[in-house]
Amino acid sequence: MPDSTLVGLHHEEEHHPELLHHFATEEQQRDASSLGMWVFLATEVMFFGGLFCAYLIYRRLYFGDFGAASKSIDATLGATNTAVLICSSLTVVLAVWAAQTARRTLLLTMLAVTMLLGCVFLGIKAVEYKDKFEEHHVPGASFSFNNVPIPGHPGEYANPRHAQIFFSLYFVMTGLHALHMIIGLGIFSWLLYAAWKGRFTPEYHTPIEIGGLYWHFVDIIWIYLFPLLYLIDRHP
Amino acid sequence: MTEHSSASEKSSPLKLYFGIWIALLAGTYITYKAAFIELGPFNAAVALGIATIKATLVALFFMHVYHASEKLTKLVVIAALFFLLLLLGLTMSDYATRPWS
Repeated sequence: MPDSTLVGLHHEEEHHPELLHHFATEEQQRDASSLGMWVFLATEVMFFGGLFCAYLIYRRLYFGDFGAASKSIDATLGATNTAVLICSSLTVVLAVWAAQTARRTLLLTMLAVTMLLGCVFLGIKAVEYKDKFEEHHVPGASFSFNNVPIPGHPGEYANPRHAQIFFSLYFVMTGLHALHMIIGLGIFSWLLYAAWKGRFTPEYHTPIEIGGLYWHFVDIIWIYLFPLLYLIDRHP
Repeated sequence: MTEHSSASEKSSPLKLYFGIWIALLAGTYITYKAAFIELGPFNAAVALGIATIKATLVALFFMHVYHASEKLTKLVVIAALFFLLLLLGLTMSDYATRPWS
């Protein structure tokens, strides 16, 4: 390691062997940036972890009420959004590959498509939120969840106070996730601008990789939110 | 850095990326369909099991943990998962055993 650092300092320009391409002289810097991003993502795991923990506690306590509340959400919209995010993860990984292999048009296209898919996700989310507002399922003074049967328990009805806890968790968790999506769109607008300016080369494209890590992480959070919020007690 | 990572970078990874993408979409479809089938307590197990497989695929191949040249990356991932399991495991074991006292 010390040798390569010295070599890197003194002969940086000469040492770009084709074989190693972007991993050559920028490797140490790239690894450090990537590691820093992973440490940040670890803190994000704990951040969302607290919410998942709260969810698990209340799901266990108010099992049937959560099932009834979950059933009122449109699972097809949730599934569509999952597919949209998975497609955006593919376009992100293709953007990283395009940067690695110096494909400018593909890089710009993939970054733009990723942002488009991010906007589609937020649009579908907005439709979902609109439904919840119209149904008075938003926690607060106008919240109403009366005479909703508990799945699998004929004749029993969900306690509105307990259902309100489900919807509080639903709005906080999906809202925080949507906030991450909006921040991700901001990051990707900058990446698109910098890529347009030709800032990224096979030797240096760390921002694309780091931004990609963030986008994939937000995708992983949604992969868990989807079954936990949309798909509990769906069966007849 | 290692022969492994440089070799995987030389050959085109596109086939892998599209393969993972198909697997993730298939996982989503199975999760969605399985939720409407009565499986008793296994509904949650199936849904969370598939979610974990999907998350692992994204982390390993889309986030390049599998080919990471820096071993510390793997350490950070494992540490994050360890503390998450500590949080969920200890909290839920507390709540689950309260009726015993």
